[in-house]
Amino acid sequence: MAAVRSQVAPLWAALVLCTAMSSEALAQKKYDSGASDTEIKIGNIMPYSGPASAYAAIGKTEEAYFNKVNAEGGINGRKIKFISYDDGYSPPKTVEQARKLVESDNVLLIFGSLGTSTNGAIRKYMNEKKVPQLFVASGASKWNDPKQYPWTMGWQPSYVSEARIYAKYIMKEKPDAKIGVLYQNDDFGKDYLKGLKEGLGPKTSMIVLEEAYDSSEPTIDERVVKLKASGADVFISITSPKFAAQGIKKAAEINWHPMQIISNVSASVSGVLEPAGIEISQGILSATYTKDGSDPQWNGDDGMKKFYNFLAQYQPKADKLDAGVVFGYAAAQTMVKVLQMCGDDLTRENVMKQAASLKDFAPDTLLPGIKINTAPDDFAPIEQLQMMRFKGKRWELFGDIISSEMSQ
Amino acid sequence: MSAAEEVVAEGHEAVEAVPKRAMTLGTGTSLVVLAALLIVPMFVKNFIIFQMTMLLIYGLAVLALNILTGGSGQFSLGQSAFYAVGAYTSAVLMEHANINYALTIPISAAVCFAFGYLFGKPALRLSGVYLALATFALATAMPQLLKLNFLEHWTGGVQGLVVTKPDAPFGLPMSQDMWLYYFTLIVTVAIYIFSVNLLRSRSGRAFMAIRDNEIAASSMGVNVALYKTLAFGVSAGITGVAGSLGAIAVQFVAPDSYTITLAISLFLGMVVGGVGWLPGSFIGAAFIIFVPNMAESISKGLSGAVFGVLLFLVIYLVPHGARQVAILGQQLVGKLRKN
Repeated sequence: MAAVRSQVAPLWAALVLCTAMSSEALAQKKYDSGASDTEIKIGNIMPYSGPASAYAAIGKTEEAYFNKVNAEGGINGRKIKFISYDDGYSPPKTVEQARKLVESDNVLLIFGSLGTSTNGAIRKYMNEKKVPQLFVASGASKWNDPKQYPWTMGWQPSYVSEARIYAKYIMKEKPDAKIGVLYQNDDFGKDYLKGLKEGLGPKTSMIVLEEAYDSSEPTIDERVVKLKASGADVFISITSPKFAAQGIKKAAEINWHPMQIISNVSASVSGVLEPAGIEISQGILSATYTKDGSDPQWNGDDGMKKFYNFLAQYQPKADKLDAGVVFGYAAAQTMVKVLQMCGDDLTRENVMKQAASLKDFAPDTLLPGIKINTAPDDFAPIEQLQMMRFKGKRWELFGDIISSEMSQ
Repeated sequence: MSAAEEVVAEGHEAVEAVPKRAMTLGTGTSLVVLAALLIVPMFVKNFIIFQMTMLLIYGLAVLALNILTGGSGQFSLGQSAFYAVGAYTSAVLMEHANINYALTIPISAAVCFAFGYLFGKPALRLSGVYLALATFALATAMPQLLKLNFLEHWTGGVQGLVVTKPDAPFGLPMSQDMWLYYFTLIVTVAIYIFSVNLLRSRSGRAFMAIRDNEIAASSMGVNVALYKTLAFGVSAGITGVAGSLGAIAVQFVAPDSYTITLAISLFLGMVVGGVGWLPGSFIGAAFIIFVPNMAESISKGLSGAVFGVLLFLVIYLVPHGARQVAILGQQLVGKLRKN
């Protein structure tokens, strides 16, 4: 026995030495599952079918953008494998698809999954598994909660941020305004209202009437009449597209001409303002953070030139008018930026660390001056918007880029 | 006889002769399937276990609909509403009242039974497509009811509720997924046995008598009103249990999870599995879980169309669903044995 043992001992020593050396050699390259020398696997969940399938353009654009990155050599020599599944906007299906991505496809992270309740369904799972749930495509403010959910991060300006910007604008332009608010009675409407009140701060009393409606109501006409009767001279309409159009129409019908603000959600020209009436929509205010793909003022813009070239080469069928295309392009660009910053340390922990240290990053399709900044205690990448006014047949940007941060 | 009633009436010529066999699998086959369900999870990934759990849960919900439609001949497109009530009952009790998950399941069953029974009362006056429409209304209303303001404190409104997944008890060396699978399996087997016995019992024969001919049934002394509402209640109760288990497995409830799409999926599962054939419920559940995924892998943009084509093929080739395949298989085996 002793002889055998003494023969085995050098072997063990050699083995230990070998592993020590190889781990030293790997020290600069660190991987979690989903990343290797040649590939980075990114998961994604989109409503390609079901009630929200209009947003599918975002996922398709992101895929096309990653194809472009791969064609140009990938990220530090690694190709991106983008695995995108359909959840039909149904939370239980989102859970199934997220688990499939994490446990079966072994992705490094899930990027840009769409929807508030769908992402809410997988947030706990992702944080328990410690898999990054990056750049969630939803405007709810709850994605910015690094203390409780250190593996989840939003991307677009939250509804709270947008509402704060309206509050800032009103206080500056119309300090003695009487504000009437019409809001949808759900998380979207309530987030806005919260942001508006935070923005107004001590001057919350400027709001003379808060009128809630339910998305199941057929019409909001009565509520608009009530708002007029309250004597408000600023009408903030926190509504989904159908109701935004109704609100604009009704206000004109009863000859009420307050300063009107509609949410970015409903700022579509063809979806809201045209059906309501171009004439009566003149002068309506809103805010945005992306360049409008159909606006000729960006034809000479370097970023948009790159964007149009990308569309022509990689996604010729995309509709330039679709805001989802501009959105998907900028979100995918942010993702690529984070992966570039990770270098050869492609662990999930480092991905979150790099995502939380973006400094003044400006994707091509965001408005000039809007920059993405994150920090370990700030998981809200985009917090700036610019006001815009409807004039003629399109939105006209005006004023400076406004930050929603309270200190400024 | 409406087209819908024909689907139910066709193909159970055998029911009257040997009701037991027409409704279930043979003992041998059942044991083999059970053994497979017990052993497979030990060798697969957690994700597959999760999918198998969902299969059992949807299977239960389809089974419940099968009792209602295949058993008593009534239609329902409102199963998603009962499923939602069950899911929310468990979620609210677990998260707000800190009640053990296992205890919430009988509570859900009782709540849903009562709900279904009460809904069945006025629905008694309706039959065929009209009943289907009334239940359809229930399914459409449910997600909005769950968003109501005065319920928001408990239901979490649009945001929904996050449910904590239970650990395996008594320090069993099992992952949460595996424990939940076996827990679901126990509940499923218990309900399956209960359902088989129910349909074989006096009540079950009353259900079927009503399904085949209501007037004949009542002239034989069957209390039509009682048994019709009872079928509704039992079906809702089982669906509620499925909903509870679903909430625990998915760890999340939100109004968007329980739309009319779910009700239609369950209906589809029943037709694919074979109306009135209980084991078919689980095959139907497999269809509604896995076929959309297959369709998606064939074409992302056209997944709905691919699913439609597959569904069309099933209905065209085997109109009585999995049951027809099973009968064909049985005949084939019989022939082989003779040779």
